[in-house]
Amino acid sequence: MIPGAFAYHRPSSVKEAVGLLAELGDDGRALAGGHSLIPMMKLRLATPANLVDLGGIADLKGIRADGNDIIIGAMTTQHDLIGSPLLGEKIPILRETSEQIADPQVRYLGTLGGNVANGDPGNDMPAVMLCLNATYQIVGRAGERRIAAREFYQGAYFTALEAGDVLTAVRIPIPAAGHGYAYEKLKRKIGDYATAAAAVVLTISGGKIGTCSIGLTNVAETPLWAEEAAKILVGSAPDAATVKKAVAAAEAITAPATDARGPALYRTKMAGVMLARALARAKARARG
Amino acid sequence: MAKSHVSMKVNGKTIEALVEPRTLLIHFLRDEQNITGPHIGCETSHCGACTVDLDGKSVKSCTVFAIQANGSDIRTIEGMANADGTLHALQEGFREMHGLQCGFCTPGMIVRAYRLLQENNNPTEEEIRYGISGNLCRCTGYQNIVKAIQFAAAKLNGVAFQEAAE
Repeated sequence: MIPGAFAYHRPSSVKEAVGLLAELGDDGRALAGGHSLIPMMKLRLATPANLVDLGGIADLKGIRADGNDIIIGAMTTQHDLIGSPLLGEKIPILRETSEQIADPQVRYLGTLGGNVANGDPGNDMPAVMLCLNATYQIVGRAGERRIAAREFYQGAYFTALEAGDVLTAVRIPIPAAGHGYAYEKLKRKIGDYATAAAAVVLTISGGKIGTCSIGLTNVAETPLWAEEAAKILVGSAPDAATVKKAVAAAEAITAPATDARGPALYRTKMAGVMLARALARAKARARG
Repeated sequence: MAKSHVSMKVNGKTIEALVEPRTLLIHFLRDEQNITGPHIGCETSHCGACTVDLDGKSVKSCTVFAIQANGSDIRTIEGMANADGTLHALQEGFREMHGLQCGFCTPGMIVRAYRLLQENNNPTEEEIRYGISGNLCRCTGYQNIVKAIQFAAAKLNGVAFQEAAE
């Protein structure tokens, strides 16, 4: 399998990359870790005339704290996320999620920016970003702008990105100290996309759920933020009946496709099971 | 499409070549440099037979363009043996523990295990299994591959290899 011919560009700054992508328009594609795009190119499902490799832009890598936020450069790999002591302490759900993405070789190259910007509903990080209320920093022809992850996803492979845009960083508000978290993913085998997966971040106060946020992966054309399900849980212990009600609310917003991973109804139900498991684990981990 | 100049170090030797941008690293190594240790298994980023060590990372060379590897330092199975020609501890482990049958996955397995042991010199069985989860073997059932890596870890750490009771 050999991809179609293309011209290769390796800019050394974001400005140069944005200029190139703006000039190339539909003929240009940004290349991050390449582990979604290159397989598509080998199948000739993607045939960009130009690839703009972001791998040479030092500014796009790294993880740093900025006040109450953590900023992660778009070209930071999943391997980097797993190895980061700062994330391990402040936002450990990113490590837990990264460890469930693909396999070690893919994680050495696969990037956070590529994972969230591609718009593939099978990618794991978008739902986690909805759960964490992340913001994407984007540089385009008109300069820099920020878009909330919760506003970013429009359909399968359709996002708020426009031609010439480069997603440069992800900004995540640090969850409260002592929060509980979990990313539960059902997959058939290593390297598979989720049949269904759920991300949960919550805080416990006085034995009850104080705050709660839930994201769901691969059970609709976009990642889902299960706002209603989370609302049901806040203020509860939660007891079995409340969990059941929240699971039903989460299942109600899913619209998965029937595919090799199972019929649509099965995938909806598995989203519910993943949510119940993630809730139990997040609760057990929370301090407060 | 015009070719571009690339320069990279492969197994300690500098290679200069002209490549088409669309040339995958695995095809460059095998077809243009006659470095045929890395194998083409699935060509879909799943099987890991094409694994090479690139700047301290295990990568599937079927999913990297040769031009992206410009300036990099690569190691393949051809570069694993010690300078005096004796086998690397991993190679010895795979031989002693019967870590291979047909051998097709072995170059990728060993190169991956090399990086795993660089990052964690005394992995548990679970860590080994997780660490090689991007490499498929259709012969062994992995049991002896895990033992081979444990053998190598023990040897590199200068301790006697103790096979776990089954």
